[in-house]
Amino acid sequence: MIERNRFLTILTHVVLVLGVLVVAFPVYITFVASTHTMEDVVRVPMPLTPGSHFLENYRIALLGERVGTGTHAAVARMMSVSFIMAIAIALGKIAISLLSAFAIVYFRFPFRIFFFWAIFVTLMLPVEVRIGPTYKVVADLHMLNSYAGLAVPLIASATATFLFRQFFLTVPDELVEAARMDGAGPMRFFFDVLLPLSATSMAALFVIQFIYGWNQYLWPLLITTEENMYPIVLGIKQMISSGGDAQTEWNIVMATAMLAMIPPALVVIGMQKWFVRGLVDSEK
Amino acid sequence: MAAISFRNVVKRYGKGKQELQVIHGIDAEIQGGEFVVIVGPSGCGKSTLLRMVAGLEEISGGEIAIGDRVVNTLEPAERDIAMVFQNYALYPHMSVFENMAYGLKIRKLPVAEIKARVDKAAGILELAHLLDRKPRQLSGGQRQRVAMGRAIVRQPQVFLFDEPLSNLDAKLRAQTRLEIQKLHRELGITSLFVTHDQVEAMTLAQRMIVMNAGRMEQFGTPEEVYHRPASTFVASFIGSPPMNLLKEAQGGRQGTITGIRPEHLDVTDTGWEVRTETVEMLGAERLVYGRLGSEQIIVRIEENKPAPVTGQAIHVRPREDRLHWFDAGTGRRIAA
Repeated sequence: MIERNRFLTILTHVVLVLGVLVVAFPVYITFVASTHTMEDVVRVPMPLTPGSHFLENYRIALLGERVGTGTHAAVARMMSVSFIMAIAIALGKIAISLLSAFAIVYFRFPFRIFFFWAIFVTLMLPVEVRIGPTYKVVADLHMLNSYAGLAVPLIASATATFLFRQFFLTVPDELVEAARMDGAGPMRFFFDVLLPLSATSMAALFVIQFIYGWNQYLWPLLITTEENMYPIVLGIKQMISSGGDAQTEWNIVMATAMLAMIPPALVVIGMQKWFVRGLVDSEK
Repeated sequence: MAAISFRNVVKRYGKGKQELQVIHGIDAEIQGGEFVVIVGPSGCGKSTLLRMVAGLEEISGGEIAIGDRVVNTLEPAERDIAMVFQNYALYPHMSVFENMAYGLKIRKLPVAEIKARVDKAAGILELAHLLDRKPRQLSGGQRQRVAMGRAIVRQPQVFLFDEPLSNLDAKLRAQTRLEIQKLHRELGITSLFVTHDQVEAMTLAQRMIVMNAGRMEQFGTPEEVYHRPASTFVASFIGSPPMNLLKEAQGGRQGTITGIRPEHLDVTDTGWEVRTETVEMLGAERLVYGRLGSEQIIVRIEENKPAPVTGQAIHVRPREDRLHWFDAGTGRRIAA
């Protein structure tokens, strides 16, 4: 719907600007808080302009040189844990979903429909629901406080399987037949034809799943007990002292929060090009 | 150059009560190097038959042999055939070169050999300047040629074409038809070509198989099919406009259908009286749609002859040697 109407133009802009403010203001406050001293942050009212302790606060956060209560894990270490976990989850999900969607779409095997529905049903069982048994399994396998323990239980993904299934269904049958005539076996077809065609779907999924992995809180909270295996989202929470505002170094916590936002933002910005290319060069 | 034999070939889908037979025993011998067109209306089983030769559909009964090998249980890649698909089925992410080379790469031919074969095919099809392009950067006609190139480089025993011209516009279709003929003359590879378009069938075929409802109605040269159609179905399917099939024509025997093509009716002063209903001007000719008694009849008149006026009666006389008779019950031709 395209209408040239002065009033509507203004209205749409007002709505958009309001939307941006609602999203951006808390981020701004976080940033401001991360540039003041601890005392300034807890003063009422809180200053609304950036202070002069930017470098100092971020250095303390990154190196974990804080003195207050709560965890003292270095943010640099926590970010690398988060990064490895998020990458492992995203790549693992893509790999396993591609293969299971490939099996379901292109092979006729006994109980195919059953497996299809079994995967579908797991949509109803997110980590939170099956957290008890999952914890037991991971603990018995001695995977507590390990990258495997952080990533593996989160890798199975019905959503991604469905996404790829839908995509595979749109691949013309003639392409499969042409590959058969060319003498390509199933795995050749998968790697030579299906994977390159799925590239844009994979990129989209990677962004979504990376952020999903990065933002994990509950699962790492359960299975990590050592500070050097804390992912950053969990780390932020552990920095906040139970003793109340006065004992929490909010400026450092806020600096950590700002740092925690950077990698997902970079992934989105970096992969955006891929989306656009995928949309413009529609291959079919 | 391999011959293809169909021996009582049957195709069934489903099992038990839901079983549906779509091809009812096809017997045909296609000679090595022959260009055979399978033509029929949609749903007659012509594509299914071709796909059974290709190995993309299982053969439910009977045998198909290519050369002296029965291929029923062979994988498509083992049958030494190449196929051109209706939508070309090019790999969208590969360049023209890669598309043509892919099958050879899988068969592990030496790189130099692959390059030589692709270059040769590209030369024949005038694709040499397009080898680096992706399929989406090509026009429909170019894609079509790439699909043919992919078939040529394999140097197969048999070419299979599944309605490869149906996505081209009329002009390009005529041009590609000529190219396919030329290609067949040069390479001399046994070819099976499926189409629903009778003009394509008539122009391309050395012999044609006319199919209807899963049965082979006639197998013969285009001349035979046109001049001596084996059944009322063939008579009405081949030829445009279709043959007039009259149940109550004068001179027709009891229980027979008289067939006469619109182009074999001459306007005269006496003879059959046709009430004209519509006149179509097609350029070189006029088509007069009218009624002979209660039956619909079409008459073709050269453009230099006077045009009949709609609603008026004209008199036509069939050329005696061009009359056909068919059994009214079975629709089969009665030898005159």
